[in-house]
Amino acid sequence: MSQLRIFLVDDHAMIRSGVRAELAADPEASLAVVGEAGTVEDAVRGILSSTPDVVLLDVHMPNGGGRAVLDQVRGQAPGVRFLALSVSDAAEDVIGVIRGGARGYVTKTISGADLRDAVSRVAAGDAIFSPRLAGFVLDAFAAGPAVVPEDVAEKALDLLSAREREVMRLLARGYTYREIGQQLFISIKTVETHASNVLRKLQVSNRNELTRWAADRRIV
Amino acid sequence: MAGRVRTCDDRCVTTAAPVRPPLVRTHDDRLVSGVCAAVARHLRLDPLIVRGLFVALAFAGIGVLIYALLWVFLPQAETVDLPGMAAQGDPARPGAAPRLSLDALRDKPSLAILLIGVGGALLLTQVGPFGQVRVLWPLIIVGVGLALIWRQVDDRDLLSRRSLRWRLAAGALVTVVGLITVLTTLNLLEVSWQSFAATLLILGGVGLATAPWWRRLVAERSSERRARIRVEERAEVAAHLHDSVLQTLALIQRHADSPREVNRLARGQERELRSWLYGHAGEDSATFGGALERAVADIESSYDVQVQSVVVGDAPVEERLAAVVQASHEAMRNAARHARVEDVSLYAEIEAEGVTVFVRDRGIGFDQDGIAEDRRGVRHSIVGRMARHGGSARITSTPGSGTEVELRMARVSS
Repeated sequence: MSQLRIFLVDDHAMIRSGVRAELAADPEASLAVVGEAGTVEDAVRGILSSTPDVVLLDVHMPNGGGRAVLDQVRGQAPGVRFLALSVSDAAEDVIGVIRGGARGYVTKTISGADLRDAVSRVAAGDAIFSPRLAGFVLDAFAAGPAVVPEDVAEKALDLLSAREREVMRLLARGYTYREIGQQLFISIKTVETHASNVLRKLQVSNRNELTRWAADRRIV
Repeated sequence: MAGRVRTCDDRCVTTAAPVRPPLVRTHDDRLVSGVCAAVARHLRLDPLIVRGLFVALAFAGIGVLIYALLWVFLPQAETVDLPGMAAQGDPARPGAAPRLSLDALRDKPSLAILLIGVGGALLLTQVGPFGQVRVLWPLIIVGVGLALIWRQVDDRDLLSRRSLRWRLAAGALVTVVGLITVLTTLNLLEVSWQSFAATLLILGGVGLATAPWWRRLVAERSSERRARIRVEERAEVAAHLHDSVLQTLALIQRHADSPREVNRLARGQERELRSWLYGHAGEDSATFGGALERAVADIESSYDVQVQSVVVGDAPVEERLAAVVQASHEAMRNAARHARVEDVSLYAEIEAEGVTVFVRDRGIGFDQDGIAEDRRGVRHSIVGRMARHGGSARITSTPGSGTEVELRMARVSS
């Protein structure tokens, strides 16, 4: 099995070395850190030149943070996948990087094994929902009046299906994809599809409630 | 007089005797500036008596001076700032009968102003060249204009209201017209026009000469204010960091050899700092989410576990929701004590029709049929409590793969 090429972006050198050590602790040594950066400019340059499989991206950095990196790189290197890694629990930050194109969000207190697993899954195209992110999604899509839009296609983007909601609930309760599959009597692949669909809705839905909801959360 | 108020206040705090109302002017009961009303309230007299006294003194001249001084020096207060006044029913308030005529005046402040203007003008006729009857009317006009201006300036949020600004402008206009009329009547207009122009020129010159200084004064004032706000914010942050983070860091250094303790301290501090920075619901125990966060904080600080809590939606805590919080607390405590894990998940969803809480661990689990009768925690505190309040609790546990407690409670439709 070929190694996954990882790029680390975080303005704290201590966090970078910690994450690097955790990724290197993989018993199968399937992850290789190909570069790291401490600023937005270095990150953009480094990612474009090394084209890694997965970028582990810090949300909070000077000069725009992870969102700035996403905005500058996404167009030029569409094959690179991003996993946001942050200490922030603020909904605005989380929703911000997801809408910027990150495939998932994990907190920095995540265990080494879980982090390695999340990186591999992001590389395989999965969406990574931490329980908290799943909670934000449920909150965000529950917010606002249940007005049914005229356009059916638009409606599909603005609402979660009953199944997707169920999957998000179980994610928020701390279930793994495998456990969710068992619980709902569906395959892991189907769970992954639901999660990816929710992520896509989160990214492309242009309902105003979503941004307003996130902005409100910051103040509350 | 102010001294008397203070000593009286000090003494009356402990005794039940009624407190003498403070000597402040209020908007509510004023006719002109509220001076008479304030004095009357303080001395517990009928305002009518005080007003009559002031009018009588005004004819002697001294009354106007006293009135003006009181107007300047008596602080103004909103009625809401006066504790005890409303509660006591204001003993200074006279009966309805003598107030009838005054109420009419209060509704028409312009009438009061007119009277003041007339009074002021009458007073001026006693002085020097104004003693001529033909300047009486112009003087009255000046008096009315001044009274109008003074009365508006009394309002604290001056210039913020459009009507106020108009009234102020009207007052100024009336005053100017009155003054010009006075001067015309006394044939002084020619002279005063020249001196007025000269004064204006001098003032303008001085103003221009000192313009940079004025500008800098204004700029300095606003920058000073900004700096002060910054310093205050900084002091607040410093105080908070000192009380929390620095203390915890010191504790961590002392417990460096005990990973468990370090973990616990770091977790507790992280949660506290987070709630301070991001203003999580943590500190607000009046809401369901806030109460749950507090339960989580309690569990994390009492046991060596980390609770991943996700709360969707929120609602104010009422009795039944408080029971859910307590049951959740107990479920988390059970997980922390018996499951032998470091992580516990809490998920709560608050919807219009009901509340659902899941507490889950991936610990050792237990055989549900084998729960001893004395395990009060589960039987009494969780299942029993939920049932008593009209909710339900379901406990699923598999030995080896963990336990999940599911709590459901319908919300009172309101």
